[in-house]
Amino acid sequence: MAEIVIKNVAKSFGSFKALHSIDLTISDQEFMVLLGASGCGKTTLLRIVAGLETPTQGEVWIGGRRVDHLPPRERGIAMVFQNYAVFPHLTVFENIAFGLRMKKLPQAEIDGRVTRTAELMHIEQLLKRYSGQLSGGQRQRVAVARALAMEPDVILMDEPLSNLDALLRLEMRAELKGVLAASKTTTIYVTHDQVEAMSLADRISVMNQGRIVQAATPVEVYRNPAARFVGSFIGNPPMNFIPATREGEGRWNVAGITVEGPDAGRERLDFAIRPEDVDIAPGGLKATARVVEPLGAHTLVTTEVNGAMFRAVLDSDIRVSPGDELSLVPKPDRVRWFDPETTAAV
Amino acid sequence: MTPRFLPYALLLPATLFLLVFFLYPFVQIAVLAFSGPEGFTLQHVQTMTSHWKFGTALTNTIVLAAIVVPIQLVMALSMASIVTKLKTGRSAILYIFTIPLGLSDLAAGIIWLAIFEQSGFLNSVLYGLGIIEQPILFLGYQNIWVIFLAVILAEVWRATAIVMVILVSGMGLIPREYYEAAEVFGASPWKRFVKITLPMLRPSLQSALILRTLAAFEVFAVVVALGGTTLPVLMGETFQWQFALQDRNVASAYALVILAISIASTLFFLRVLRVPKEARI
Repeated sequence: MAEIVIKNVAKSFGSFKALHSIDLTISDQEFMVLLGASGCGKTTLLRIVAGLETPTQGEVWIGGRRVDHLPPRERGIAMVFQNYAVFPHLTVFENIAFGLRMKKLPQAEIDGRVTRTAELMHIEQLLKRYSGQLSGGQRQRVAVARALAMEPDVILMDEPLSNLDALLRLEMRAELKGVLAASKTTTIYVTHDQVEAMSLADRISVMNQGRIVQAATPVEVYRNPAARFVGSFIGNPPMNFIPATREGEGRWNVAGITVEGPDAGRERLDFAIRPEDVDIAPGGLKATARVVEPLGAHTLVTTEVNGAMFRAVLDSDIRVSPGDELSLVPKPDRVRWFDPETTAAV
Repeated sequence: MTPRFLPYALLLPATLFLLVFFLYPFVQIAVLAFSGPEGFTLQHVQTMTSHWKFGTALTNTIVLAAIVVPIQLVMALSMASIVTKLKTGRSAILYIFTIPLGLSDLAAGIIWLAIFEQSGFLNSVLYGLGIIEQPILFLGYQNIWVIFLAVILAEVWRATAIVMVILVSGMGLIPREYYEAAEVFGASPWKRFVKITLPMLRPSLQSALILRTLAAFEVFAVVVALGGTTLPVLMGETFQWQFALQDRNVASAYALVILAISIASTLFFLRVLRVPKEARI
């Protein structure tokens, strides 16, 4: 049982605040992904949980034990590093056995665990090799096997797939998900790749400028972004935003059409809609098609609405050419609203 | 000229230089050591080995190296470990540590002579403190071990920094991620040193040890400054035979002995600290 609780954790490097008061609880066996652009503090947060970085303030609890003053080796964690950190002077076997030897486990136990995890990661035929004789994907497998062999309560992963090529990344992603679910560990996984985050996570914590903007299930993060940043960061292409002005009780003027919305006592709100949540129908937003990109299943049309860019993902049967005038009707239940000042969802 | 041959062409002058000024004298010395009026002879080698100072000189040289080099290795490893962990002031400390490297070995010997001789600093201090009533003759033939100790001190003081500089640069090449991985997987600071630093430092250790051991076998000026001929070493005997006894043949035989133990120790370090190709970073 290893629930991770991060309480009020902040970190400064000199005058730079890398993390502002982070609160986050990760349940036992949960797969939590920290997602954000580079420099958002996600790796710093992971390294604080690992004990490789000391927080400027706050507490870290793992499995009901406060660990922020403990060295990494006393935290019951294992970690997979971005560059794998597979020791070059040791064979694959000794790499996987490294942590077990440090724990002074009996040789028979070490042999058993190394063999088991090597089989799990399909590297049993590489056990006698050195890191220099392995491909990137194989090294990655060794790094994961080394972590799994520890049978840790918590596995921390720092962009583990970012150095693999696209095809291998897809394959490893599916495999990681299976292996980690079976291992019943609590996982924190750092990535800047939203597809990776969506496909792996039980919950995603979207981070921006040292803060967690939203921590929720992948679908929730996608459908109901807690802030404008989340909507524009998650989804490819991202959400469309159009400034709206109040017309009356619950009615808003969005680029010339009237849309039902909340009545939050404000005069201005940002209207938001995902590109796939619009239909071509009369009475919608007046859009001029600029770029048409057929993608097979769908066609991505970049248009101009009221002088601003607006993207629509349309059925590929619909014939659109650059310069065409379109009328795009947003699906009412998919419309979201954001406060233009606080950028929070309304 | 094709680019393929350019590197060789550029290396040619240096190679020729080495051949002319190292290989040629070496062959000459070998010829001198083994030739007499009637051609090949082992007589000079016999003269050398049967002289009472040969055994002592050989033992002294090897024992000196066997004491000095490990002390320097341990000190340099500790110093390098500390220096690499420094965040600020690192270069300042490196400069200070490397000051003795700027001295010739003779100057280093004279500095320590000034400390240990009868009217030296050590006697003045001991006398000034009232610990002794009259100056002691430290560096006399009655207590050779004091000369031995002084030589060890001078050598350690003078030449540890070169080992440290090599190790500092070697440690800088080890990626930090390996230490972090070792830390996460349960290695204490000492275990990290033994399991990560030492094995990954092998190439630098190799260079440093070969360099230092060879220099230790050639120890001369420090010994002469502190002990004259009271403490015979191989290099000192070579000098004696060449210039005092005017026998170039025996001097050459001595030079070959130094060469032989140098080659042996180099091969030893190359073998022991070898990093298999597949296990390199």
